[in-house]
Amino acid sequence: MKLFAYASPATLHEALAILGRNGVQARPLAGGTDLITQMKERRREPDVVLDIKRIPECSQLSHERDGLHIGAAVTCTALISDPTVRERYLILAQGASLIGSVQIQNRAGLGGNLCNAAPSADGIPGLICLGAEAVIAGPKGRRAVPVEHFCTGPGKTVLGRDEMLLELVVPPPPAQSAGAYMRFIPRAEMDIAVAGVGSFITLEGALCKEARIALAAVAPTPVRARAAEQSLAGQALTRAAIERAGALAMEAASPISDVRGSKEYRMELVRVLTRRTLTECAKRLRVPL
Amino acid sequence: MNKQAITCTVNSEPKELLVDPRLTLLDMLRDELQLTGAKEGCGNGNCGACTVHLDGVSVDSCLVLAVETDGRAVTTIEGLAKGGALDPVQEAFLKNSGMQCGICTPGFIMATKALLAKHPHPTEQEIRANLAGNLCRCTGYDKIVRSVLAIAKDKRQ
Amino acid sequence: MTTTEERRAAIGQRLPKVDGLDRVTGKAAYGADIHLPGMLHGKLLHSPHAHAVIKSIDASQALKLPGVMAVITATDFPELGKEAAISGSSEYSIGAANLRRLWMAKEKALFSGHPVAAVAATDPNIAEQALALIKVDYEVLPWVRDIDEAIKPTSPLIHEDLYTHTLGELPKQPSNIAQHVEIGNGDAEAAFRDSDVVIENEYETQRVHQGYIEPQASAALVDPSGQVTVWTTIQGVHWARFDLASVLNIPLGKLRVIPMEIGGAFGGKVYPTLEPLCILLSKKTGRPVKMVLSREEVLRMTGPTSGSIVKIKTGCMRDGTLTGFAVKLWMDSGSFPGSPVAGATLAGFSVYQWKAFHIDGYDVLTNKVRVQAYRGPGAPQACFAMEQQMELMAAKIGMNPLEMRIKNISKEGDPMTHGRPHLKVGFKEVLEQVQRHPAWTSPMKGPWRGRGVSCGMWMGGTGNSSAHLTVNADGSVAVVVGSVDLTGTRTAFAQIAADEFRIPVEKVHVTVGDTDQTGYTDTSGGSRITYSMGTAVHRACMEAIEKLKVVAAAQLKVSAADVTYKDGLFRTSSGQSLTFEQAAQTSMRRGEGPISSTGVARRLKHAPTFGAHVADVEVDPETGKVTLLNYTVFQDVGRAVNPTQVEGQMQGGAVQGIGWALFEDYVYDEKGNIRNASLLDYRMPTALDLPMIGAEIVEVPAGDGPFGVRGCGEVPIIPPISAIANAIANATGVRIKETPFTPERVFWALKKARKI
Repeated sequence: MKLFAYASPATLHEALAILGRNGVQARPLAGGTDLITQMKERRREPDVVLDIKRIPECSQLSHERDGLHIGAAVTCTALISDPTVRERYLILAQGASLIGSVQIQNRAGLGGNLCNAAPSADGIPGLICLGAEAVIAGPKGRRAVPVEHFCTGPGKTVLGRDEMLLELVVPPPPAQSAGAYMRFIPRAEMDIAVAGVGSFITLEGALCKEARIALAAVAPTPVRARAAEQSLAGQALTRAAIERAGALAMEAASPISDVRGSKEYRMELVRVLTRRTLTECAKRLRVPL
Repeated sequence: MNKQAITCTVNSEPKELLVDPRLTLLDMLRDELQLTGAKEGCGNGNCGACTVHLDGVSVDSCLVLAVETDGRAVTTIEGLAKGGALDPVQEAFLKNSGMQCGICTPGFIMATKALLAKHPHPTEQEIRANLAGNLCRCTGYDKIVRSVLAIAKDKRQ
Repeated sequence: MTTTEERRAAIGQRLPKVDGLDRVTGKAAYGADIHLPGMLHGKLLHSPHAHAVIKSIDASQALKLPGVMAVITATDFPELGKEAAISGSSEYSIGAANLRRLWMAKEKALFSGHPVAAVAATDPNIAEQALALIKVDYEVLPWVRDIDEAIKPTSPLIHEDLYTHTLGELPKQPSNIAQHVEIGNGDAEAAFRDSDVVIENEYETQRVHQGYIEPQASAALVDPSGQVTVWTTIQGVHWARFDLASVLNIPLGKLRVIPMEIGGAFGGKVYPTLEPLCILLSKKTGRPVKMVLSREEVLRMTGPTSGSIVKIKTGCMRDGTLTGFAVKLWMDSGSFPGSPVAGATLAGFSVYQWKAFHIDGYDVLTNKVRVQAYRGPGAPQACFAMEQQMELMAAKIGMNPLEMRIKNISKEGDPMTHGRPHLKVGFKEVLEQVQRHPAWTSPMKGPWRGRGVSCGMWMGGTGNSSAHLTVNADGSVAVVVGSVDLTGTRTAFAQIAADEFRIPVEKVHVTVGDTDQTGYTDTSGGSRITYSMGTAVHRACMEAIEKLKVVAAAQLKVSAADVTYKDGLFRTSSGQSLTFEQAAQTSMRRGEGPISSTGVARRLKHAPTFGAHVADVEVDPETGKVTLLNYTVFQDVGRAVNPTQVEGQMQGGAVQGIGWALFEDYVYDEKGNIRNASLLDYRMPTALDLPMIGAEIVEVPAGDGPFGVRGCGEVPIIPPISAIANAIANATGVRIKETPFTPERVFWALKKARKI
């Protein structure tokens, strides 16, 4: 690893001061399961590693009026263990429980998963499905960016050099809604997703009011499958509709072929996983298919 | 000077160390404290041979910086046996032959302790799911899983 | 006073490992755990090119870095003596000159990851920094990617002076084919003409790594007198000493190799890797030097087993009698000769009896790291082909595949492919055990589910083994063996000694000795240790008993001939007796001195071993993912000294084969670099990928050796890839003829066959 300075400020103010220092490249550290690996492999070489775990706003997991607040450093384990998260934001718990092993989940979190901006990130589709916002802290104060727009390319985000993710805010899901995230990997655990799909359905009466479908590992960033979503809006949730949505979801995918899978196979998986997650949502909403 | 002072507790003993920020917790344990029970099998969180407890939570120590342990408590395999008496998890792995070469054993034992704290009576599937982050190449996992099932059974009795 | 309870036979007891305590407490010291005063840290510089001429190496800037104490390259190696030889006389022996070049590239880098220089520094970070300062001038050459490319006449030559070693006319041109092995009996073509069924196919397997969780780690110290001490994780200290002494021109007596505990090897740690570099760096610096590989380095520069292409044609009669087979098989050995073609031709194709056969085996070079042994080398690749052919022929004639195997299975006296007869073997007994067992007979329910069976044999090694033994004054016994403990053999020896003496196992202490403490012992591996070293230990016990008889006789005032030893007692015909402990005490008290004995085993007959596996799979037709529902290993182990440990071998080897079947593969980029050199993308099975692995022990005692023990460590890796291929074929109607059966591969195969 290249030598760096380690800072562990107790306040956001101090953290922003470090980030804002001229000529110094600082990288926030939460769980470290991505950053430390990257530093060992010399893929990232920051001058300063800024540990955010002591900053109160980054470690809070709370249920407020405007929804679920997940601090940037809140671990997957903390998220999954929260009964309200499991009950009302299950899709987030599903994504979080797929990130690596138990040991990894005890350190990693959705904040870091988002900021690492891997196309295959398992935590991001669920956040997109629920319309989550990323609250960013910087020298000029705070700004909120929809998670959907946060990643701009593999490993790239909208964060400025002097900004950091503070927390994620997830609005409370409407009544009569359900979400599910599934990914496909060759083994049973531990692998990076070959493809991942998060689906979220809101019903109004017997019809699907809104569908949100987000895809992982099949584009430079996590993407919404808008054509598939639109095909379900205002429609009855039937097997045929789900099949059609699965096929349409492929239109949003532009996968590459790499060590984990070919682009053709990834397309097939998008169809299958879209169908499976939508079916799971229907099941939880007690819609007979 | 590159190094940073940290104060932490390792196996209930206070430690004051001067460490390079690049030093991982794993290397701090192995090279600074001569606690070589935690092993490096992969260096990137894929094998669990380096599993220790940080503030009671199981982590891959190869992905924790030593400097992050300032003010925290670390428990390693060497800290399990109290006063010469083996921990029940250690006993179970020994009695049920949950090991062959033994290189993955400390990691598995630490991961198992964490599992049992969460699920005192895990099913076979729960055991496999919670220990999926620990690789073994010798046993095929069979006797490891049986060792953990045996502990759960003993506890019930 | 020991009770009758404690005097029962220890052989066959399910005892926990005698050295388990150190493992569960983290006290066991493996290669990387060593700390020596003044120790320097070594690191390697690797070639980024798969094939390149090394025009120059300039380490001057690296040497200027404070903390860097030495840099070595190939030029630091002494001249190789003309007679220099290395251990291991099998076909996959690499030879002294090539071993040295594998350790460090000389003139040419032959695979991406090939070490070209090594640094010793006071701190690992400084060593790493120093590597970046070493300037290497490469002339990149086109690289040879695989067997198909390597055998083309237009292929770039990896070694300009390599001519195919063959029985026929020697080739006039050099090539990348190191060896052509040809073996046969009768006229296979005529046999095909007279057959009712002839089936021809091509199968392919990929390189797979042994996957030991412990990366290589060694340390060495050369003291001012030239005495060299090496601490290392290696399968055999005497082989290591011989090889290092040979290649580095160190007198044997000046070199001591001390074994650390070994964190898995499976054949991949037979030859030294880091030791010679540590020695040279220590020589230059005068300080101990330790080197540990990262996982990425393990995957880039330590040998996996060979990939293979097998073209096979087999024939049979309508009644299931096998007629003839013809095989062309190619195995890639990587950058130097020595793929396990021999293992394939012998163990792979001697399982059944045929009227005629012909095998052409080719050892082919590629610009990849040179292969190393991996449990039953060569046999899994051969069985992958043959065991699928058996299924296809059985299906063609409508015969139960297990019955077809039983009908043609080899028995004692039947010829193997090299002409020599099979020894006493339990092949049929194992298959019959499968036939009766619920793993085979229970119904398989559900769509996309299937069951497959497969079997394989391994000759089992013998070699030389030395042990010595001391009986302490309190009747406890210290056994020192020259064999590294790979699989739990310390426990086996403790049981053998306890059994022979009829003393509690706790009273036997087994030590794995270093080269100064033990007699020459061949490397651990080859399924030979419990068998061969067990025999040596047994002989040492018998010698000790004879010596104690003399002591007992003197004490009881009879002649030694009048003393017998049974059930822990030395008895005379007149009814006097002494216990084992009393006899031991007496020896010291009477001034007879300590009781010390030795045992050596050499040139034992082979004790061949056989295994049959049954796999149940479920295939997800939408994704191609294969889930293992059940898996059972049946194996003839001769005699299970410790059934629990034996089961562990069966289960562990099977799971390595399962990984080989379902997940493991190397992915190369167009320049010859491995793209998945990490345990994230080199996927080994996790606990969640597997069911419980059933282990059914069959005991057909071997001819030689005490108790009829057979080595059991290797055969379990041989059947899995074909058992699972057969199961997938039964589940889907589609046969996958290339490993690994990744979801994507299965998916496209199903699509191509219009099954989905």
